[in-house]
Amino acid sequence: MDALEIARWQFGITTVYHFMMVPLTIGLGLVVAVIQTIWYRTGKPEYLRMTKFWGKLFLINFIMGVATGIVQEFQFGMAWSEYSRFVGDVFGAPLALEALLAFFVESTFLGLWIFGWKQLKRGVHLACLWIAVVGSVFSAYFIIVANSWMQHPVGVEMINGRPVMTDAWAVFTNNTALVAVPHTLFGALAVAGGFLLGIAWYHLWRRRHDGIDTMGKDGKVIPGEADIPGRDRADYKVWITSLRIGAVVAMISFAGTALTGDLQGKLMFEQQPMKMAAAEAACHDGTGFSVLSVGNVGSKNCDEIVAVIEVPGILSFLAKGDFTTEVKGVNSLLDQYKADYGTHLPDNPIYGDRAGQEIEYVPVMEVTYWGFRMMIGFGGLAALAALVALWATRKGTVPASRGLMRLAVVGIMAPFGANAAGWIFTEMGRQPFVVAPNPDPSGIDQVFMFTAAAVSPGVSAGELLTSLVVLTAVYAVLLVVEVKLLVKYIRGGVVSAMPELAHAPVGENEDATPGPGGPGKPGGSDDVLAFAY
Amino acid sequence: MELLPTIWFIAIAVLWTGYLFLEGFDLGVGMLMKLFARNNTERRVLLNTIGPVWDGNEVWLLTAGGATFAAFPLWYASLFSALYLPLLLVLVALIFRAVAFEYRGKVDTDSWRAVWDWAIAAGSLVAAFGVGAALALTTTGLPLNANGDREGGPFAWFSGYAVLGGLAVVCFSLLHALAFLALKTDGDVRHRARNWFVRLLPVLLLPIAGWAISVQLLSGEAWTIVAVAAAVVAAVFAWQFGRNGLEGKAFLSLGVFLLLGSASIFGAAFPVVLPSTLNADFNLTISNASSSDYTLGLMTIVACVGLPLVLAYQAWTYWVFRRRVSAAHIPEAHSFLPAIAARALAPKD
Repeated sequence: MDALEIARWQFGITTVYHFMMVPLTIGLGLVVAVIQTIWYRTGKPEYLRMTKFWGKLFLINFIMGVATGIVQEFQFGMAWSEYSRFVGDVFGAPLALEALLAFFVESTFLGLWIFGWKQLKRGVHLACLWIAVVGSVFSAYFIIVANSWMQHPVGVEMINGRPVMTDAWAVFTNNTALVAVPHTLFGALAVAGGFLLGIAWYHLWRRRHDGIDTMGKDGKVIPGEADIPGRDRADYKVWITSLRIGAVVAMISFAGTALTGDLQGKLMFEQQPMKMAAAEAACHDGTGFSVLSVGNVGSKNCDEIVAVIEVPGILSFLAKGDFTTEVKGVNSLLDQYKADYGTHLPDNPIYGDRAGQEIEYVPVMEVTYWGFRMMIGFGGLAALAALVALWATRKGTVPASRGLMRLAVVGIMAPFGANAAGWIFTEMGRQPFVVAPNPDPSGIDQVFMFTAAAVSPGVSAGELLTSLVVLTAVYAVLLVVEVKLLVKYIRGGVVSAMPELAHAPVGENEDATPGPGGPGKPGGSDDVLAFAY
Repeated sequence: MELLPTIWFIAIAVLWTGYLFLEGFDLGVGMLMKLFARNNTERRVLLNTIGPVWDGNEVWLLTAGGATFAAFPLWYASLFSALYLPLLLVLVALIFRAVAFEYRGKVDTDSWRAVWDWAIAAGSLVAAFGVGAALALTTTGLPLNANGDREGGPFAWFSGYAVLGGLAVVCFSLLHALAFLALKTDGDVRHRARNWFVRLLPVLLLPIAGWAISVQLLSGEAWTIVAVAAAVVAAVFAWQFGRNGLEGKAFLSLGVFLLLGSASIFGAAFPVVLPSTLNADFNLTISNASSSDYTLGLMTIVACVGLPLVLAYQAWTYWVFRRRVSAAHIPEAHSFLPAIAARALAPKD
């Protein structure tokens, strides 16, 4: 592997990893904010418990997103200095604004929320969470504006060989970003939905397994109480409510990702036709959507690919909204790309050892073809699971089956998989470009950059390999730690996030208030902190 | 002289100064977890002085980095790629440190806490040293070629200035943290912090003074030399206030010291943002490294609205959590009986 390939692996690994934490942060943050709002308005104890429990898991995950996010900002300059020089005038601004307008808000107000249970009035405390959550949504917007500019460069003029921003409005309302932002947010909610569903299912199952909840003769659940802190009737409500919220969120977000994904697909056919053709492993022009293609879809030789099952018209519908428009396949696009951008990389030192090499315009089709299908498949599975869960719990609790419970828990992974697959597809589908060319009329002629030119010329392969190994090892260790902590707190149930429940006799904590000072009253100087590290 | 690049040079100097001021004390508190705190309760007192604010403080680093990328892409690209390995260390340090704050109290065993205490202390030390080295090198120079790329291999950045800058920020952070703890804690910790502050101030400010004077020798101007002198006066005031037990004034005077020291260093470096030690023609300056006026203008408008807002709500956070933390405020360790384990203990009927 040369420096370029190592740098790409590093970017891929660190980004996919970072984006395991981020969708859960965004999605779960929104859900917890809604739950706390319901508690604020109704005062029902199960909603306070849900806020505390899901909030605890949210924080365990949030910190990993923060920690791995710094790497993302630094590595543009560290590993991709030529890219940074080329795009800095237009790409740096959304990154700077993300820090200034989103990260500050998110981190400061989340600190207030975590530590402010006692110091702040209930309404102000709730507002802090909402502000932090809105901050996280803004951060998603800014970073997707930056990414969308790489997919569809707009709002610039080429001056001295570099794109210079001339129209900020065009950059910040890039149509690619406007559909990618809701797609990403729905993707994040899908993660949160599956998370709630799987964990709530586990606890409902556990309550039945432990004999706390029983089934009555009429087939309805009879919630019970055990003489154990936190395992009372309110606990039952926590889990059944969480499960239903999770299922509804999962289904709505699947519908949302499908609708926005369809819009994205139509834009992509226009802006990056090669990516979409590669998503289909569609070699020849046509109208059919491949349900299954066999042969070596990773092969650059299109003759080896045979579409076994093809639904006529669907590809045209995805691309154009009708059933008859011919969609260009890889073969005819290849000629067009060669004509527009050359057959070989220029003999310029910026390309290093790759100068003069033939350009491979077709992305790795195994990745694009299967990435596209895994995204849709995992997303659909999660929605289906949510539907099944709502049906299965119509009697008020989950089936006693241990297998089904395990399936629900494992199902938490599906939306994560869909998110990762979608991003891997869209980023690898853009290759060999780091900034994809979008000729007139949808883009601007000659604004593009080959990935081969983007890597830092002064950084050695050895340095990159060192960082790849170090970061991957650190991330692997921390993943184990995070998952272990999550499992510990999940198994512990609500009481793990609400130790005060353990001190109150069962049944007497129905109007649990946040801390001895009561809501809104700043504690006296002798009070212990409501929350402390 | 170009107006907008100058404004952004100042803005970035302000962001770095804000970072050193705010994260300065929380990096120092992190190091003091091992150097100062005597037992777990004291360590938790230290942690909880910065608990609600450290993450917001760290965003100053992200904003300084992001603003450098947006306003001076060539500066960002050359500095970050030239310092590849040291910045990797900073990243790893910041990752462990951040995670440690959140995870330290999540398992109630001494060995678990010991691991994360080391992560906090070592992470704070390495991050402070690395950031200091990087800032010193951007004011004293790196071996850059005409394209702005580092010549001479992965360690070509290493120099006495790197060590000096690293030590400068480590020592300043320690001192700043002592002033902060004297202001934010009560009881024994408060009194010891004040004592340490008074005794260590003259030593801990030496490296940062050395850095400021080196930059004056390289490219100083009359006003920046005056700023150095004024910074020394501020340090004397901080020391005197500390001796008299005026913790708030000591902390603020140290802040003024940082502001003046930082102004003297960035002011002396201006208008060069990153000198090349190979050839002065390859220097990156505010003219040849900056973004277009359009981009800088847009950023100026957003920063004029955004930065005062940030200052306002961060100040409010410090107000909300203004109460001094002492051992009496620390709740017992967060231990719980997991619901499921508890079942085995519960009597069955």
